[in-house]
Amino acid sequence: MSASSSTILNLPDQSTARVPKKNFITAEDGLLSWLLTGDHKRIAMLYLISITFFFFIGGAFAGLIRLELLTPQPDLVASDTYNKFFTMHGVIMVFLFLVPSVPATLGNFLIPIMLGARDLAFPKINLLSWYLYLIGGTLVLTTMALGGVDTGWTFTTPLSTHYLNTHVITTATAVFIAGFSSIFTGLNFIVTIHRMRCPGMTWFRMPLFVWSHYAASILMVLGTPVLAIAIVLVALERLFGIGVFDPTKGGDPLLFQHLFWFYSHPAVYIMILPGMGVISEVISTFSRKRVFGYTAVAFSSVAIALFGFFVWEHHMFIMGVSNYSALVFSLLTMLVAVPSAIKIFNWAFTLQKGSITFETPMLYAFGFMGLFTIGGLTGVFLGSLGMDIHLTETYFIVAHFHFVMVGGMLMAFLAGVHFWWPKMTGRMYPETLSKMAAVITFIGFNLTFLPQFILGYLGMPRRYHAYPPEFQILNVLSTAGATVLGIGYMLPILYLAWSLKYGAVAGDNPWQATGLEWQIQSPPLTENFTTIPIMDHEAYDYEWLEHKTKQEVTTVG
Amino acid sequence: MDSAIANPQAEHDAAEHEHVYLPQHRHHFETEEQQREAGSFGMWLFLLTEIMFFGGMFFAYLLYRNWYYDAFVAASNTLNIGMGAANTAILITSGFFMALAVWAAEVRKKNVLVWMLVLTTVFGAAFLGVKYFEYKEKFELHHIPGAGFDVSQFINPPMDAKTGKPVGNPLPPDVAQHTQIFFFLYFAMTGMHALHMIIGIGLLFWLIARSQKGDFSAGYVAPIENFGLYWHFVDIVWLFLFPLLYLINRHPLAH
Repeated sequence: MSASSSTILNLPDQSTARVPKKNFITAEDGLLSWLLTGDHKRIAMLYLISITFFFFIGGAFAGLIRLELLTPQPDLVASDTYNKFFTMHGVIMVFLFLVPSVPATLGNFLIPIMLGARDLAFPKINLLSWYLYLIGGTLVLTTMALGGVDTGWTFTTPLSTHYLNTHVITTATAVFIAGFSSIFTGLNFIVTIHRMRCPGMTWFRMPLFVWSHYAASILMVLGTPVLAIAIVLVALERLFGIGVFDPTKGGDPLLFQHLFWFYSHPAVYIMILPGMGVISEVISTFSRKRVFGYTAVAFSSVAIALFGFFVWEHHMFIMGVSNYSALVFSLLTMLVAVPSAIKIFNWAFTLQKGSITFETPMLYAFGFMGLFTIGGLTGVFLGSLGMDIHLTETYFIVAHFHFVMVGGMLMAFLAGVHFWWPKMTGRMYPETLSKMAAVITFIGFNLTFLPQFILGYLGMPRRYHAYPPEFQILNVLSTAGATVLGIGYMLPILYLAWSLKYGAVAGDNPWQATGLEWQIQSPPLTENFTTIPIMDHEAYDYEWLEHKTKQEVTTVG
Repeated sequence: MDSAIANPQAEHDAAEHEHVYLPQHRHHFETEEQQREAGSFGMWLFLLTEIMFFGGMFFAYLLYRNWYYDAFVAASNTLNIGMGAANTAILITSGFFMALAVWAAEVRKKNVLVWMLVLTTVFGAAFLGVKYFEYKEKFELHHIPGAGFDVSQFINPPMDAKTGKPVGNPLPPDVAQHTQIFFFLYFAMTGMHALHMIIGIGLLFWLIARSQKGDFSAGYVAPIENFGLYWHFVDIVWLFLFPLLYLINRHPLAH
């Protein structure tokens, strides 16, 4: 901690420095030039705006849920309205925020640049993916306007097909369409990573950010279609009563669970893997060291993707699956902990003896490491059969996946947004304020979700809007934490918007980082590179960077 | 969405970049070979997602066929095997002409290419025509799952005029109910397949129009090749559907 006063931040002389006049933002003017763009960087910006919008809508529902749970009595809203709140919260946060968060914004922006390419392989499909996302998002908003849906984000049959009178079909269509948006993003990434790497960019010279997106893309491409068909079957069952999930006609509701979780468990890794990529970049940059065990970290991403496809039944342990298969799936579930731990340990070893500095992205990254580890370890509790029977459908589950998704993924997202903000906009965010936001987020998060572990362990079931009075203290703590967390998330919106005009000019490489994206101007040109680069060094080679900088100085001098 | 995959180069602006060889070359690719490889790789990945999509239904089929084998056999035996077999032949023929179309584009024969695409379309449409009559037959027999579904045919099989015997073994009412699951899967799987055919025929019209202009007979064949992959994929899905739905027990050892 002694190094916390120092910084590696290296900004150009502010009296003379200007953001380059020619860049991808100023390349063309007018709304249409944005709406019809094929530029991956512009599409990333469009995505960033839209997912932020949906994040705050989803967050508003979270706020309403916590407000209702402030008191044991159901006094704010009726029980079915409460059901709609948590459904909308889940649908929006999972399908419209977490799945596209890092890949569609940072991934879209950075993957071509990190590979030394001019764009993704299919720019039009990339744009199509954004429009599909918007159509899906609009349908979700339509559902809200029409009166909402209360199935939970899992569309559990026969609840969703036979018993509910809400807008299941509209929401199902929204999820179906948003799913294709994610398929196209994944497909674009895989083709780009395979076919668009610049000369010298071998697989093991790619930044780990790219590796983790590659793994996540495989999951998107192979998992999402299965969700699509499961959703189509739910819609058909609901519309025509065809019996495929209806036990009275010989159908099996468990079949839906299998199809749904075959996507939705890997979807958890779609959400977390790109975040892990961000953390690898940030940790390496702010400890001035190559990521320890690069190959192991790269392969652990692929291993997570692979194992991720074979654990889905752990969502169904109490649903009457066979004991033997439960045993196998329990074992496989614990296996996923191995590659996840490989990552955490390798990051820890990257820090060891590094020249650590504590800029905002690094603070978020530390938050990620701690919170993700807790989230991951409680996942092992839930993966063991006996514990799962006690803990499932309680707040323990809620706390567990919020530690992974919010404590993990959202922290990683914010780390990434801060880390690459100077590259995306050419300007720095205000350092002190952003450090404060990172700390507030961390405190607020723990205050919100740590009590929920205890609540769950004590047996408070999830998805209820009333609870016994003895749980009130912990719930009040949680609601208070959510308020703090809300402030923590509002701050970046405000100061990042402010920095667009008033932030310090960042220059090409404010962090002295080694990635190809830091060797070009900020914000980049539409074509990214004036000439296609040749990769002649390994990833995270700080000596190469030092050598290069020295040469530039001598040449100029 | 298929068109976008098959033809990433759909609307290009050749005037922008003077360093290119073909007008369809897009600026962010270093070489044409890279562009072509990327396009075909993207198409294969898209087909992989299609396999996973149909895979969900095949999984449901596998499960229910194992649970309700008798009902599946009885229901399968009411399908029109003549029409199914004819459709298999029609679709393979259509695929054959598609393969010839790819060849014609590669050897730059414009007229042959246009005719092959037209023949592909004609046979594709013929498949859908036959499918229409099959669906109509199911409608008349009340074999459409839902409120109007009628199981009486499986509980009291009608007499065959020639032999004077029932056409199938009568099923107990609860077992007969499960034929509805078969018919649902029948309609879901063949319907999803037919939807892919309709999208394909729509794309074929567009490809024919562009081929007529000579777009694909000057060395730029990626859209034809990639569409060919899609069309063959749709063929192959049918080649699985036909035996699984029509031929469950129609093999020599079944009697």
